[in-house]
Formats: sequence, structure tokens, C-alpha cells
Amino acid sequence: MADFETPALTEFQLVPHIKKGAMAHSQPYMAKPEFQGDLGFPGELEDGWEDVAVKKLGELTSKYRGLKVFLDCCVKCGACTDKCHYYLGTADPLNMPVARQDLLRSVYRRYYTFAGKYFPWLVGAKKMTKDMLDKWYSYFHQCSQCRRCSVFCPYGIDTAEISMAAREVMDAVGVGQKYCNEIIGKVYKIGNNLGLPEKALVNTLEGLEEDVKDDTGIDVKFPVDQEGAEVLLITPSADFFAEPHIDGLIGYGKVFHQAGINWTLSSHASEAGNFGMFIGSYENMRRVALRIREAALDLKVKRIVVGECGHAWRVAYSFWNTLIGVGHGGDDPYAKALQQQLDPNYPAPQHIIELTYDLIQKGALTLDKSANDDQRVTFHDSCNVARASRMGNMPGGQFVLPREVIKSSVNHFFDMAPETIHENTFCCGGGGGLLTDDLMEIRVKGAQPRMQALMDVVQEHDVNYLAAICAICKSQFSKVLPYYNHPMNMIGSVHGLVSNAIQLGTKQ
Amino acid sequence: MSISVIFAVLFYTATFILVAGLIYRIRDYARTPVPLKIPTTPAPITRTGVAFRMLREITVFESLFKSNKWIWILGWLFHFGMVLVLLRHLRYFTQPVWAWVDLIQPFGIYAGFAMAAGLLGLWARRFLVDRVRYISSLSDHLMLLLLISIATTGLLMSYIPEWHTDIVALKAFMLGLLYFDLQPLPEEPMLLIHLGLVVTLMMVFPISKLLHAPGVFFSPTRNQVDNAREKRHLSAWAAKLESSE
Ligand code: SF4
Ligand code: SF4
Ligand code: SF4
Repeated sequence: MADFETPALTEFQLVPHIKKGAMAHSQPYMAKPEFQGDLGFPGELEDGWEDVAVKKLGELTSKYRGLKVFLDCCVKCGACTDKCHYYLGTADPLNMPVARQDLLRSVYRRYYTFAGKYFPWLVGAKKMTKDMLDKWYSYFHQCSQCRRCSVFCPYGIDTAEISMAAREVMDAVGVGQKYCNEIIGKVYKIGNNLGLPEKALVNTLEGLEEDVKDDTGIDVKFPVDQEGAEVLLITPSADFFAEPHIDGLIGYGKVFHQAGINWTLSSHASEAGNFGMFIGSYENMRRVALRIREAALDLKVKRIVVGECGHAWRVAYSFWNTLIGVGHGGDDPYAKALQQQLDPNYPAPQHIIELTYDLIQKGALTLDKSANDDQRVTFHDSCNVARASRMGNMPGGQFVLPREVIKSSVNHFFDMAPETIHENTFCCGGGGGLLTDDLMEIRVKGAQPRMQALMDVVQEHDVNYLAAICAICKSQFSKVLPYYNHPMNMIGSVHGLVSNAIQLGTKQ
Repeated sequence: MSISVIFAVLFYTATFILVAGLIYRIRDYARTPVPLKIPTTPAPITRTGVAFRMLREITVFESLFKSNKWIWILGWLFHFGMVLVLLRHLRYFTQPVWAWVDLIQPFGIYAGFAMAAGLLGLWARRFLVDRVRYISSLSDHLMLLLLISIATTGLLMSYIPEWHTDIVALKAFMLGLLYFDLQPLPEEPMLLIHLGLVVTLMMVFPISKLLHAPGVFFSPTRNQVDNAREKRHLSAWAAKLESSE
């Protein structure tokens, strides 16, 4: 299958001894010059890039308080050293969160701190060199920005923020990652990550309507660009045809249908994902998100609902109000222009899980759990949902709501070990812009802790369905499950379960 | 120049560096924008909730407790030992000594040992645990050495009769510093080493990782309220992007 070894699963999660350089060879493909330009970055490394990089780093520390505080505060206590799934799966010491941070911190110290300028040998300060840049390129693309380390750090130091900053500095000197940057380019040109044009989208959705009709005998609609619809659904484009994502989309459609909610997709904003976050670029993140603002204004919708996607939900929940004014409580003209149109009775944006959960609470959905009786289900808390957002109105609702939706749709549900779920959840291994074939080794190895926890529930409870609410998680798991001897179709959407259980025709 | 004058100058300089350095840092942190909402969730949804979260972080080291019980217990022994020891030292700067300072006096003594034990444990980890050995730089070792030396010289002065110092004269010197009325400092070597190390610590504070003390209050993952959907959060530089459209 590949020229690396899949990590062994053991009786307990082990913390390996360090193996220096174990993953030094892992580097993703670089973005070609013509794609860098679309995002406002130079095409390739040019003379004098070192100064540009150092200046950019200084600019970032003056724009982001978190970055500055995180770089200054680390006491090297070591509490985070065994918390990253990439360290656990590879044993490469530079995959320990603090060591990853130090790749950037050592340069920050050299140029921006008294001790680092005058006593570099004392505090481990280092110059910005090509060798350092190579290390950055390697190891800042072995971080899925999952924030697990941040939960356990006494100062909340978030390596995700440091990775984002490092990627932004690299982009500023023309060293971009192909996967992320080309995808962002596609959003600018076509409107979604997959480069699916409007015509193809409409055809796909028509096909979907027919499939559901054949299956259920009911006319479930998947509308596009319906002006005046109540709900605008923004979902990851993978939902339109990737497996198992599409079962989720069918589930959303059935929920809207049974609840009688008038909804629409948008061909202009046919993507929830926002890879601008992965490359740490506020400007690009905002530019990607702007399409959603435009679609919401054009279609005059009252509510904006987001489909199953981890990082997209982080951007939507935590950043949309800031970036594009999708939210409530704005008092400036820019925010008001949109917020006055949005229905104050619903959170903006709202997660599809929140919507379905509320409908279940109100008794608006008829769910027959026995339809899922051949499924023995566990749930993977996607890290961006778990540690960077919320659902519902109480802290931790992001753990409760999806489980409640699942339990309303299935009879057999089993959680994985407590130290691997909720805020402790292990990333799938493919987040943060790593979901590309050129990073297969780190993806497989980084999945080890999650696979360990999964194996335990498989052995104990015969679990055969791993439910997730993240497009990246779903794609990543369908790739890596076979490496750990599970069938790839074990991964499924939460709304795939809802879709099976929902009894259309019993209500209208 | 007499030793008293040298130490008086050192103390004034160190205090200035410490205070000015911290003010500079805190202002710098406070003025740096926070463009995005990034609390590590689940996070409190009210300001009061955040105040409690911060309080738990700085008193019981909540995150560290979740993380690693060894570092937690050692770190806690050290920090709370140190707090008690520092409070106990107030009796060298107050006349008459405040009643509550007298009250904690007996605990302050044990605290000195707790502090030293915690520090030694933390240092041992830097050698024994391969992951921690890997991330430790020279300055991390020296910082522990400095703190341990301060604790040890302090304990030696208290517990070895030959190294006792003239507390009354020392206190007169310290009060003299406060009231700009220089008094002679006892010249026992152990005391001079102890004070010299303390002065060093004060001076490196604002340029070292000891910044974690003020820094923790500015950590957005800990101090932000989770209310992104209810309230628009916009920094000045981000707002400019909007008006330029
Ligand atoms: S837990 Fe935090 S302070 Fe400790 S080493 Fe890791 S990043 Fe540094
Ligand atoms: S954010 Fe996640 S992937 Fe990155 S260093 Fe922390 S634990 Fe590892
Ligand atoms: S892909 Fe899933 S588990 Fe991995 S980083 Fe994203 S949300 Fe987290």
C-alpha cells in the first residue's frame, strides 16, 4: 500500500520515546507561482526573502495579541509534549506542540527579544535561514490546527495559531502549499473547493432529487438560488457527491422537507469550507467568506444554516460575525445591512445539528430508530467543533447536541473512552489543510490515537459505524480506516443516520 | 564603595527594570489587537464565567491538572510555596509587621521547603523525561538553578545557626531603602549571595519566560467570552478592510 509502516495499535495508548528526524522528510507539494498570485502572494522565493519573512513575523505579532503572548509565555513545562496525535503517531520530537512552536519562537526571539538578540545561545534563538524555512515547511504542515495542545497548556498556548502564522509568513515569501492555495483559488474562480460549476451543481442536485424519489417515493427538493427562501444552507461542497458525505446532504433535505422549511442552496456560495483559515490569512479568509454575505443579501434569506463541516463551523460560528457580519449584535452599518434581514429568533449562523435537534425537541420529526438497527454507532467529536466553537446555548452543547440527534435516530450508541472524546478528542489526522495524497504518511500516522480509541469500542461493543460531522474527517477516515483494517464505509454522516430513520410521509 | 551602597544601587536598578519592564510589556499586550474570537471551548459565555475560569487557572492550575499530574503537583508546590515565602518576607519591609503576615509566619517556613522540593522535582524532569529534555534550553536550566539557589540560600540562613544573619540590621537596611535613608547591610556571604540572586531574578523577569505571570491574563484562548454569534467582535485594523470596499 505504501512505503511506510502503519503504527501498531496496542492495549493502551502509549507515549513513545522521541525519534529525532522521524518525519523530517514529510513535505507537501508547493503551490505553483501562477496560483500564488491569485491569493496575493509572491510566486516563489526571491533574494532577500529572509528580511521579508522576519518583517512579516513582526507585523503578525503586532496584529495578533495571541501570537505575541503565546511566543513570550511558554515556560517549557512539557505538559503539551504528549498531547499531539502527530507526536503520538510518529515519535518525531518536532511534532510535540512546544517543539513545533519553538521552530517559530526561536526566530522570533532572535529578532524581536532582548535575550535572543544578545544571548542567542542562551535561549535557543535562531536566524531565519533556508534550513529553518525547510523545517517550517515540513513541520507546520504536520499540524492539523486541532487545538488539542491548547486545552492542556497552563496558559492556553494554541499551536494552531502559531502554525497559521508560520504558514502566513511562508506565503509572504512565496512558499505556499499547493493543496490549500489552489483550492482557495478555485473558490475565487468558481465558488467552491471542488471547482464544481453552477451547471454541474444544478444537475447533481436534480439527480439527487430523483434518487431520493426512487428510494422513498417522496418529492424531496434540493433547491438552488431560490430568492426569498427562509433558510440558506451553506455546506461543504463534498456533500454534493463524495461518499459518505452525500447521505448527510440527503438527510438535511429530508429534515427540511418534513419540517416544512423553505430552504435553498446558493450557486454563488456553494462552499462552507474556508481554507483561508488554514493558511492563517485574515484577508483570504474574509474574501472566501464574503461570497456567503453576498448570497444571503441577494437571496434575502432570514436564516443561515451550516452543514456538517468542522473547520467551516469554526469559521462560521466564531468568525463570520467578525468577518462578514453574519450574526447578531452588530451596531455598525456594515453589520446592520445584513443583520436586520436575519430572523432574531434563530442563532446566526445555525448548525444543521442545532436545527435538527430543535425540531426533534419540538416533535416535528418522525424518527424510527429501528431503521438503523444494523448500525452500532460511535461518534467522533471533530476537533474544530469541539474546541473552537459551540452548539446550543450552554458551554459544551457541541458535545451534547450531536449525540442527542444520533440517539434519537439509532438504538445502539457507544462512546469512545472519555480521554479521547469531547474537549479531549483526537483529530482524525487530516485536518488543517493536510487532506492531500502527498501527506498520506502523516495522515495515517496521525490517525493512530483515534484508531486506538475506535478499536477499543469495536472490540468491546462491535461498533460498525463511526459518525462524524466534518467533511474533512469523513474523507480522511475513508482513506485511513483500511490502513487499520476497518472497512472504509464504516465512516458516515450524522445526518446519514437521520436520513435512514426519518419517516417521510407521516407528517407534512 | 561599601557593600551596602552597591546593594542599594542594585536594588533600585532591579526594581526599576522590573517595574518599568512589566509596565512596558503589559501595555504592549493590552494594545495589541485581538482580531478574532479564539477561546478554547467549551468556554464561559459570560464575563463572570471568564473571571472564574481565570481564577481557577491561576489558583489551582486547572489546565495543567487535566494535563499532567506530576507537573501539576510540582508546579503547584513551587508556586504556592513561593507565594507564602514572599508574603512572609513582607515582615522585612513593614514596621510594625502586619498582623496577617505574623499569622502566616509558621507556614512560611514549610513553604520554603515546599518551594525547593517543587523546583528540584521540576528540574529532575528536565533530565529524566526525554521529551522534556529535548525542549529544554540552557536558559530553562539556568532559570531553575537561579530559583533553587535563592530558595537554598534562604533556607540555609534560617536553619544553619552559623549562617544566621542579623535580621534586625537587615530589616533596617530594607526599610532604609524604602525611605531613602541608607542603613548598613550585614555582610554575611550567604545573605549577599541570596540578595544578589534575587536582584538577578528581578532583572531578568521582564525579558524572560517569567512573563507567563502577566501573560496568562492576556491569553485570548482563556480570557475571551464565548459569545461570537451574539456580539460582533471587530478590531480596528480589520474594520479598515470593510470601509475600504
Ligand atoms: S504546555 Fe504550554 S507552557 Fe508548557 S511547554 Fe507546552 S506550550 Fe509551553
Ligand atoms: S494544534 Fe493539534 S496538530 Fe497542532 S500541535 Fe497542537 S495538538 Fe498537534
Ligand atoms: S478534519 Fe475533523 S478531526 Fe481533523 S482537524 Fe478538522 S475537524 Fe478536526
